Amino acid sequence: MTDRNLLIVKLVSLALVAVALVIAGIQFYDHRNFQEEVVKGPGVTQVRKLSDYFEPLKGTINDCNIYIFDSGVPGGTAFLIGSSHPEEPAGNLTAQLFVENAKLTKGRLIVAIRANQSASRVTRPGDAYPLYFTIETPWGEKKFRMGDRWSSPLDSWPDPEVYVNYPSGQLLAYMDVRNFNRTWPGRANGMITEQTNYAFMNLIKEEGVDIFIDLHEAELEYPVISTIVAHQKGADIAGMASMLLTSTEFKIGMEYSPKTLHGLSHREVGDHSDAVSILLEAPEPFLDRVRGITDEKLLLTGQDEFIVTAGKFGLLYEKIDEKGWPIDVRVGRHCSTVLMIFELWGDFNPGKEVVIQEVPRYDEVVKNGTGYYFRDPSKAKPEDIYYE
Amino acid sequence: MAILNSIISVCYYLISAFVVFVLVKSIIKTKNVQDAILYSVMLMPFILRILRIK
Repeated sequence: MTDRNLLIVKLVSLALVAVALVIAGIQFYDHRNFQEEVVKGPGVTQVRKLSDYFEPLKGTINDCNIYIFDSGVPGGTAFLIGSSHPEEPAGNLTAQLFVENAKLTKGRLIVAIRANQSASRVTRPGDAYPLYFTIETPWGEKKFRMGDRWSSPLDSWPDPEVYVNYPSGQLLAYMDVRNFNRTWPGRANGMITEQTNYAFMNLIKEEGVDIFIDLHEAELEYPVISTIVAHQKGADIAGMASMLLTSTEFKIGMEYSPKTLHGLSHREVGDHSDAVSILLEAPEPFLDRVRGITDEKLLLTGQDEFIVTAGKFGLLYEKIDEKGWPIDVRVGRHCSTVLMIFELWGDFNPGKEVVIQEVPRYDEVVKNGTGYYFRDPSKAKPEDIYYE
Repeated sequence: MAILNSIISVCYYLISAFVVFVLVKSIIKTKNVQDAILYSVMLMPFILRILRIK
């Protein structure tokens, strides 16, 4: 090849790479900076920032909104968080559904929709994850970021060789220093994910949280699925909720939080505060390793023939058929389970009730769809719109 | 620890910038077409990282 032709090939290849770089760069940038609209519901009395509880988080990517519902009637204080793992969308959808609909007649409710903002602003192109997903509503499509399990390396780098959980000293995988549900109870001078957990622990203590619920989803190949994981302080409530829900709405199990498994919310929040800590798991086929085409359809319908086949060979811990596990079913399970736990909390703790109204239960969410319960931002007052 | 991580992080960006420099130099110098294309493709993740986009 002549020098001239070689030069042309070099320039063309550099130009093509530049085009790909710009296209990919715009997509990554837009995803990281995409703002989800939240319409403050009638029950929200105050919106604070997480940095109100830990100053160093101010101005960082993880300084999320904290929505507070105060009925004005003395009772208990409940705390609900979504998006600990932003690749589990039923969590943030349920939390947002509470923020836009719940009304309290007794006690206080605190909600964080996107607990780990950093992880919600990065995804896994290598695993073919979509960047966004949309939920149908009566007023059009509502767009959400699809996230990852771990905080973005742009916000937390480098990872250690081995992550040592503080203060337990338990050794965990290196990337779990960016896993919001392995870094509880957090550390003031740690990496940003640990600092975020530390801020949440401060919130739990300062606000006098009585009961804390962390919303998750799990792959069907994982044994901890369709269940309530409870700290021993909340075992009676979780056990009763499991029995009542299984007999009236849908099958859900109950498991004890292992006392020697550290870093997870159901263990550390209960150990390091007065709050009862509970974690909910709904089935999310999208996360299964044996899945087929990984796209928004699988994320929202939970339908996949390869996972169904895996189930026929007895490789799964939850049932699945051609109907899959639609997002409305998963959000509905979370709604009913949270409401049941709060009801039982009140029954077990007279005087500390948290009474919530206007939040749909399982049957209603499945019948109407999750989007039915999201408010139209175009019809809301600008001061009622918040961004996640 | 946070300060140490920040120092390492800055070093990482400097290393990334150095790799970009080396790759660009290699593209200019090479007489092999396949190498030129390969080096061009290799530039992408380093540039995205330096720009703090990915």
